[in-house]
Amino acid sequence: MAVTGIAARAPRRTPSLLDLLYRPEVRQVLFQIILIIALAALFWMIISNTAANLRRQNIASGFGFWNTTAGFDISQTLIHYTNTSTYGRVFWVGLTNTLLVAAIGIVFATIVGFVMGIARLSTNWLIARLATVYVETIRNIPLLLQLFVWYFAVLKSLPPPRQSLELVGGAVLNLRGLYLPEPLPQPGFEIPLAVLAVGVLTSIGIAVWAKRRQRLTGAQFHTGLAALVLIVLLPAAAYFLAGAPLEFDYPTLRGFNYTGGIVVLPELLALLLGLVIYTGAFIAEIVRAGIQGVPKGQKEAASAIGLSTGQTLRLVVIPQAMRIIIPPLTSNYLNLIKNSSLAVAIAYPDLVSVFAGTVLNQTGQAVEVILITMLVYLSLSLFTSMLMNWFNARMALVER
Amino acid sequence: MAVQQDLVTGASIAVASAPMPPPRSEVGAIGWLRHNLFSSWSNGLLTVVALYLIWKLIDGILSWGIIHAVWSGEDGSACRVEGSGACWIFIKAKLGQFIYGRYPEGERWRVNLVFILAGAGLVPLMVPRIRGKAWSAVYTFFIFPVIAFWLLRGSASGPGAGPIDLLGVCLAIAGTVAFALSRSSSARVPPQRLRLAGGVCLVLGYPLLVRWLLSTSGLVDVRPVPTELWGGLLVTLVVASVGITGSFPVGIALALGRRSRMPFVRWASVGFIEFVRGVPLITVLFMASVMLPLFLPAGVSFDKLLRALVGVALFAGAYMAETIRGGLQAIPRGQFEAAQALGLSYAQRMGLIILPQALKLVIPGIVNSFVGLFKDTSLVLIIGLFDVLGIVQLNLTDAKWFANSTAITGYVFAGLVFWVFCFGMSRYSQMIERRLAAGDRR
Repeated sequence: MAVTGIAARAPRRTPSLLDLLYRPEVRQVLFQIILIIALAALFWMIISNTAANLRRQNIASGFGFWNTTAGFDISQTLIHYTNTSTYGRVFWVGLTNTLLVAAIGIVFATIVGFVMGIARLSTNWLIARLATVYVETIRNIPLLLQLFVWYFAVLKSLPPPRQSLELVGGAVLNLRGLYLPEPLPQPGFEIPLAVLAVGVLTSIGIAVWAKRRQRLTGAQFHTGLAALVLIVLLPAAAYFLAGAPLEFDYPTLRGFNYTGGIVVLPELLALLLGLVIYTGAFIAEIVRAGIQGVPKGQKEAASAIGLSTGQTLRLVVIPQAMRIIIPPLTSNYLNLIKNSSLAVAIAYPDLVSVFAGTVLNQTGQAVEVILITMLVYLSLSLFTSMLMNWFNARMALVER
Repeated sequence: MAVQQDLVTGASIAVASAPMPPPRSEVGAIGWLRHNLFSSWSNGLLTVVALYLIWKLIDGILSWGIIHAVWSGEDGSACRVEGSGACWIFIKAKLGQFIYGRYPEGERWRVNLVFILAGAGLVPLMVPRIRGKAWSAVYTFFIFPVIAFWLLRGSASGPGAGPIDLLGVCLAIAGTVAFALSRSSSARVPPQRLRLAGGVCLVLGYPLLVRWLLSTSGLVDVRPVPTELWGGLLVTLVVASVGITGSFPVGIALALGRRSRMPFVRWASVGFIEFVRGVPLITVLFMASVMLPLFLPAGVSFDKLLRALVGVALFAGAYMAETIRGGLQAIPRGQFEAAQALGLSYAQRMGLIILPQALKLVIPGIVNSFVGLFKDTSLVLIIGLFDVLGIVQLNLTDAKWFANSTAITGYVFAGLVFWVFCFGMSRYSQMIERRLAAGDRR
């Protein structure tokens, strides 16, 4: 060909070192080497500077502090802790408190989010507008501000114990927190519990069997009804047959304060209220987008084959909407876990507050403490996303 | 249909005419009510509940915020009266602090001037109808930051020149020389490149030069104001705008790095992004405030505000990277290949072909990150900087203003400030989205 002819006639240059630089693969290798060297230099500089600074300021390094006595009290401990416990124990107390807030928060935020998301799509004009106002207001105000409002403006202006607000079921709300009646299992309580466990297991078995039978023969079985009997009615019957072996320890006013029952600290209450309402607004938007993302034809097809409204929702719309909802829902759960660290601002004793706050101040070992704290949140995030990825894979569209 | 009697046969025949209007109950206000509020029993019940809620809400807001609110008075005593509503006089008395923090009163005109200058750059940039976007962008992103930094921070007045001043003079001279060379045809370097380099030098150099001339001649006296005195809306806006402008290049670099074919670059980007996204902002801020001083050689110290700014920008950059990556993934392969076939370099391919399309796709995501970042600025109060929320919180401890309603009044004010900015940003992005989508709708 003519082109190759011209190229062949052109005088050949011996490739110089500079030409080598213009080859993409050489450039890539060079560029990466430079990046590695730069990063290594940066890390080396950081490490040597830190070591020198710590030596100069006489700050110990290493994890020796883990077994030192902490010497301070913590207002809420889910595991045994006294002020003679170690800093390592403080870490576990903080971690359990964080997990408590995260777990309760996720459950309630999901409920609030789904209710508000469905409300935004309500055919009732007023309900839809109210839900919109909720979402647009809450989403555009910082969570920290909302926590301050709940803690300093709302809960701190509650009446003192003597003028407590009496809530339904013997619960009491006052300046010191929310007092709930504590269930105390009496001897014989194992019987309804055992019946409940058997009921749950049997229901799962029935569900599996019914699904297989429906796939093979098309015959349907009232799984829900059977589960209701097995999980609710039978244990309830067993409970009363065993002589109602459950008593409640109601909070009672003694002197200037309430004793007995389960105490929910105002800090925890404020943190939960803030997290649930804030995250709920975000979840509401995700739910709305998910439901709107299901094509209209799916609903029409469902009603064309004679499914009722409830069946259409349960069997057609929600399974498809969930596929759209789950990935962003995951990142909102992660956000809730990370946002629970704002507890430090209202003195709820979570991991950041007691460990990255008090322990850091007492020991001065910033590097170790901050690194541990970050690692904990990293692993929490990884664990949650793994769990949700597994759930997502189960819900995902099985394509042929 | 109307029915008429046939005159001849007496039989009634149907005459085609305009269709009958729908029943009264189906149209107009009544129809709307029937369809939207009372379509069923349960719906009707919900409507009644909602109406009750709305009435309660409006009644509460009106009586607390207007009717029983305290509008005049000198200190908290007026707000301590039983049953009084919002303590607006608290806001009125403290407004200066809420906007400027502890910035010296005599110097506050500098902050106002910066706000005005920022508006002068942002308004032409944001209003679609105003032309000359390129010039506004150059002003807003290159000239304005230099002026704003100088005005807010101040500098020692009097003759003398620091390294920055020398740099400014050098840049200004270099830029002028480059422009002069680009005129002469004998230069070896292509004139476009010279003009670009000269433009960059001039844009960076001239403000520095003008600043130096002004302060040396003593015409304008801007004495230094340490950042510890900054506060309120000023700090919120500084952190947010530096975070937003800083996170953007960081995010683009990380997103491109994550999609790079070079394994080490990819791993480094993925590692950074996933690490930062996995930890709360508080720990990043703690790290910036507690650990960063340890990382630096002895004697070198950073300003506290600057440390927070670095932390916020890196944090927001990681989130921005994931948003931008979404856009990059949505660009069809053919675009990359076509750009390559045209012989464009990597920078040209990305800068001229890929990024403009990718960024346009993810505008909603980018603005969401901006809104998130704006709200996150409130977290700087945890490391001891006073943004709007921080300064409100600080002033609530003022014994002179102690009253039941002070706290909630302060929070309502701070909430309104945040809400106006965040809601405004998201509405603006929706408008821009519609404008950009107009080209795709045929």
